[in-house]
Amino acid sequence: MALITVKNLSLGYESHTVVEDLSFSVDQGDYLCIVGENGSGKSTLMKTLLHLRDPIGGKIVMGDGLKKNEIGYLPQQTVVQKDFPASVREIVLSGCQARCGFRPFYNAEEKKMAEENMERMGIAELAGRCYRELSGGQQQRVLLARALCATKKILLLDEPVSGLDPKVTAEMYELIAGLNKEGITILMISHDIASAVHYCSHILHIGAVKFFGTKEAYLKSDVGKYFLLQQEGGEK
Amino acid sequence: MLAKISTYLEFPIVRYALIVGILIALSSSLLGVTLVLKRFSFIGDGLSHVAFGAMAIATVLNLTNDMMIVMPITIISAVLLLRTGQNAKINGDAIIAMISVGALAFGYLIMNIFSTSSNLTGDVCSTLFGSTSILTLTIKEVWICAILSILVVLIFVLLYNKIFAVTFDETFSRATGVNAGLYNLVIAIVIAVVIVLAMNLVGSLLISALVIFPALSAMRLFKNFKMVTVFSAVLSVICAFLGMMISILAGTPVGSTIVAADVVAFGLCSITGTLTGGRK
Repeated sequence: MALITVKNLSLGYESHTVVEDLSFSVDQGDYLCIVGENGSGKSTLMKTLLHLRDPIGGKIVMGDGLKKNEIGYLPQQTVVQKDFPASVREIVLSGCQARCGFRPFYNAEEKKMAEENMERMGIAELAGRCYRELSGGQQQRVLLARALCATKKILLLDEPVSGLDPKVTAEMYELIAGLNKEGITILMISHDIASAVHYCSHILHIGAVKFFGTKEAYLKSDVGKYFLLQQEGGEK
Repeated sequence: MLAKISTYLEFPIVRYALIVGILIALSSSLLGVTLVLKRFSFIGDGLSHVAFGAMAIATVLNLTNDMMIVMPITIISAVLLLRTGQNAKINGDAIIAMISVGALAFGYLIMNIFSTSSNLTGDVCSTLFGSTSILTLTIKEVWICAILSILVVLIFVLLYNKIFAVTFDETFSRATGVNAGLYNLVIAIVIAVVIVLAMNLVGSLLISALVIFPALSAMRLFKNFKMVTVFSAVLSVICAFLGMMISILAGTPVGSTIVAADVVAFGLCSITGTLTGGRK
């Protein structure tokens, strides 16, 4: 059974619908990239998948024993975080919070997990540093390590490379691809369609025209061709 | 000078005031960091005005224990403010401003119309600036303050990691299944309790200073959440102690002396922070 199955999902706000009749499924190990124009409902879709808001219609089924709370999430950075006095270790450890339930303090196992994930993201030597003094790329690695503390199965990434320079962006994509090879399912929202197509296995295009399928099929489809062309034109 | 201090300390009333003052300073500084970072600084201010309004009602009703009415009203307002602040049509700041000036006006109005006291201005002034009330606490009030402060500290320590997670990134916490709504509620209630407590020490107009100054000072110097929290608690206690001592020796009003000490400490921390490059 698929990890996540979405059937006839409709999303939107009180009065108007943003996305209608959306269906797709994600299997263990997939790397799904969600693309579409601004305002096409990408972020709304992600919030719905995270159970932060309710869909207007349709349903989301979690399979393979995936629990609601086992989704790791890399949100876009908020203003609050820009001057938050916190060390890298404190932030990564906070990813384990959901595991704690009502237990007030982190146990040894959770602390070990935080150390391992910092190691995995190559930020172990930054553990004692202050988050707000790090570069954009390092901050994303910290948040990624935190997300990994919350999940072993699936990561939802919301524009993980926005605001990063090209070199750091490439490193970030490699890092994410590496996690995918380790067996973690990736769902990523991206503006950067060219790179997205390079790394992902499946594409979900939402907007006026919808598409869901493998990357290869997308590149051959009309919507894919048109969107890629438009993006290239926009960048030049 | 030491002789003068020890003479004063022989009065149980002064000892109570010191104990209560220090406990209140400790508990009020703890949530400061969260309030500042969540952009909630004004909630403390708004709530203190609500507490003033409630105090006016309690005075008029001639209640022997005014906390019975001030506490529940402030807690309810805190919960409502936090609720509406998130998804209201009028934005949070405007609501808080409305509630705080409204409560202030009604509080004064009620006191003026119904008060039986001959010294109305004195009553109002001491509620607003906490001029002498810390030195007129009864033993029962001392116990209530002590127990509530300890409770606040205890709740904070037990929820420390959760408060950190919810303050740093509420969306992530919610998405991964942390009950952020519940912890926000607890934070709101604790803030309300702190404000009612602190009203005894510095009066309702100066409470925000007690809550946010230590946190802001600590944020100038330290770079991780734990150190910021610990340092702001220590600093708050030191300032409260010094402020009370100075006010006893120099005969200045307690509340404003403590806040003045907090302001000076903030200045020192800012300078130190800039000199050592503690903060970018």
